Amino acid sequence: MIRDLHNKLIGKEITATQLAEQYFDVIEEKDGEIGAYLTLTRELALAQAKLVDEKIAQGEEINLLAGIPGAIKDLILVEGVRATAGSKILDNYVAPYDATVIRKLKENGAIILGKTNQDEFAMGSSTETSAYQLTKNPVDTTRVPGGSSGGSAAAVAAGEAVWSLGTDTGGSIRQPASFCGVVGLKPTYGRVSRFGAMAMASSLDQIGPFTKTVEDAAIVLSALAGQDPLDATSAQSGDKKYEDFLTGDIAGKIIGVPKEYVENLEGEILEIFQKSVEKFKTLGAKIETISLPHSQYALPVYYILMTSEVSSNLAKFDGIKFGLRISELENELKANQESELGRNENLPKSSKNLLETYLDTRKIGFGDEIKRRIMLGTYALSAGYYDAYYLKAQKVRALIRRDFEKAYEKVDLIYCPTSPEVAFKFGEKSEDPIKMYLSDIFTISVNLAGLPAISFPIGRVVKEGNPPAGGLPVGGQLIGQWFDEEGILNAAHTFEINQ
Amino acid sequence: MLTKEEILHIATLARIGVSEKDVEKYQHDLSEILDYFKKLDEVNVDGIEPIGHITGMENVFRTDRQVDFGDLGKQAIMQNAPEQKDGYVKVKSVL
Repeated sequence: MIRDLHNKLIGKEITATQLAEQYFDVIEEKDGEIGAYLTLTRELALAQAKLVDEKIAQGEEINLLAGIPGAIKDLILVEGVRATAGSKILDNYVAPYDATVIRKLKENGAIILGKTNQDEFAMGSSTETSAYQLTKNPVDTTRVPGGSSGGSAAAVAAGEAVWSLGTDTGGSIRQPASFCGVVGLKPTYGRVSRFGAMAMASSLDQIGPFTKTVEDAAIVLSALAGQDPLDATSAQSGDKKYEDFLTGDIAGKIIGVPKEYVENLEGEILEIFQKSVEKFKTLGAKIETISLPHSQYALPVYYILMTSEVSSNLAKFDGIKFGLRISELENELKANQESELGRNENLPKSSKNLLETYLDTRKIGFGDEIKRRIMLGTYALSAGYYDAYYLKAQKVRALIRRDFEKAYEKVDLIYCPTSPEVAFKFGEKSEDPIKMYLSDIFTISVNLAGLPAISFPIGRVVKEGNPPAGGLPVGGQLIGQWFDEEGILNAAHTFEINQ
Repeated sequence: MLTKEEILHIATLARIGVSEKDVEKYQHDLSEILDYFKKLDEVNVDGIEPIGHITGMENVFRTDRQVDFGDLGKQAIMQNAPEQKDGYVKVKSVL
C-alpha cells in the first residue's frame, strides 16, 4: 500500500497535501463512531505535506515513507502536541520535544495526522481504561479493538491512517492488530529507541508499527530502527532496509509450533490456526512441534515485573513539574471531591503540605487499573518482599528465555495464534483483572524473552459468538530469534501474498 | 488476605490517597492477584542468574553532554508546570 501511494506521489497523480486531506476526510466521516483519535494535528500534517510536495516539484528524490499519512499512539511525544497517554493526570500536557521515533519519521517525510486513543498509560487489553473515550473495533463496533494500542489499530483498520505507531509491553501491538485484522509488529527489545515514549515497564516496552500489509510494516520499521544515545537499551542496527528482505520464499525454513500454546486453543480459532499451519507447509516450510515448558509461568512473572516497573516509572506523575496538580483545580471541584477523599491514617488533615498534594493528585488523576498496578508493584518491591517477588520473577524469566534458546537450536521461527480469542464485547472483562490479563497469554512470553514478533491476519471466525457478516479477524503470530525481524517479516509476507 | 493496615501502608508508600471503600477493594483485588503469584513457588530456580538486560547489554556509556533548550525550549517545559513563580516551579512547603 505504501509503495503504491509512493508511486502515485512521485508520478504526480496526487500531491502529499491532497493525500493528507483525503485522510482527514475519512477521519471526519468515520471517527465520530470509531473514536480512534484523541487529537488531530492538521496544521503539522499539512506543513509536513507541503515540504514533501516542494521536494517532488523540484524533482528531488523522496523516501518511501515521505508524504504517507500515519497516526501516533498518544503516549509517544510529538513536539508541541498534547500527549495525555489516555490519562486525566496529563490532560493538559503538551510535549516539549519529539520522541526519537518521531524525529526519525519526520526526517523521512512521513505525515502525522494525530494522536490515538489507548488504555491509560498502556495498561489494559481493550482500550477501555482510557480516561477519554471508547474506541470501537471497525470490524464490529459492538466490540473492543483490543489494547492497549487500540486507537492505533482501529485507525489503520478503518482506513483513517496508512500506518500507525503503538507500544507493546505484553502484547499491546499484536493483540489489537489481531482483533482488528491488521498487521502489528513488535520489534526485538532494543531494536527501536523508546526515548520520548512514556515508559510503562522499561525491561519490556518496545515501539512498533501497525499497517495493512507486511511490506508496509517492514518499511515503517526501517525508518524507526537504530541505536540512540538517548535510550541506553537500544542496539546497533545498521541502515537496514527491512523491505529488501521480503523474498516471498520460505522453502526449507523450520517453523516450531509450541504444544503448550496449541493445547489452550479450541473451536474455530484452532481450525483456522491448523489451516494456516498447513499453508506454511505448502509454502515449503517444515513444521516441528516444540515445547516451551515454562510458558505456564509467564503470566505471573509478567505481572510481578510489569507492576513493579510501573510503580517506579509512574512515580514521576506527582503533580509537581507537569500535569494535574490537585491543589490547582477549581475550588468547586475540589469541594466536591473533598467529601469523598479518604485520608490515609496518621496524615495531617489540611491539604497544605506536599504529601497531601501527592496523595490527592494521584488519587484523582489516575484511573483504577493504574492505581491497582502501582499498589501491587509497590507491595512487590517493598521491604522484605523483593526476593520473593521481583528477584524470583527475574529468575523464572531466565528460564523462559532458556526455553526459547533451546527451541531456536532446532527451529528458525516459532508460530502460534496471537490471542486465544477474537475481539470481545465492551464491558465483558473490564471488571475482572485476571480474566483481562489472560487475553495476553500468547504474547507476554515474547516480551519477557525480548524477541521480535509479528501478528498478521490468518482468517476469520464466522460461526461462533455471533460475529458480524464477514466474521471476526484471527491473527497468527510469528516469533523470531533475537534481532531476526527479517525472518518473521519474510515468512508473514510469504503467507500474505499466497492468500 | 492483606490487612487494612497493610493496604494503608502500601498506599502511603505509593503516594496514592485512598478512601475506606478503596481499602476494601484493594484488600480483595491485591490478595487475589498475590495468590495467583504463588504459582511461582513451584519453580526451582537454584543456581539461576536473574535477568538483568534481556539481550545481555552491559554498561552502555554516552557523553554527559549538557543540552541547552534555549528560551523557547524552557518555555515549552515550564508551560507544563501546574504552578510557577519567577521562572521556578512552585511547590508546597516540604517541612
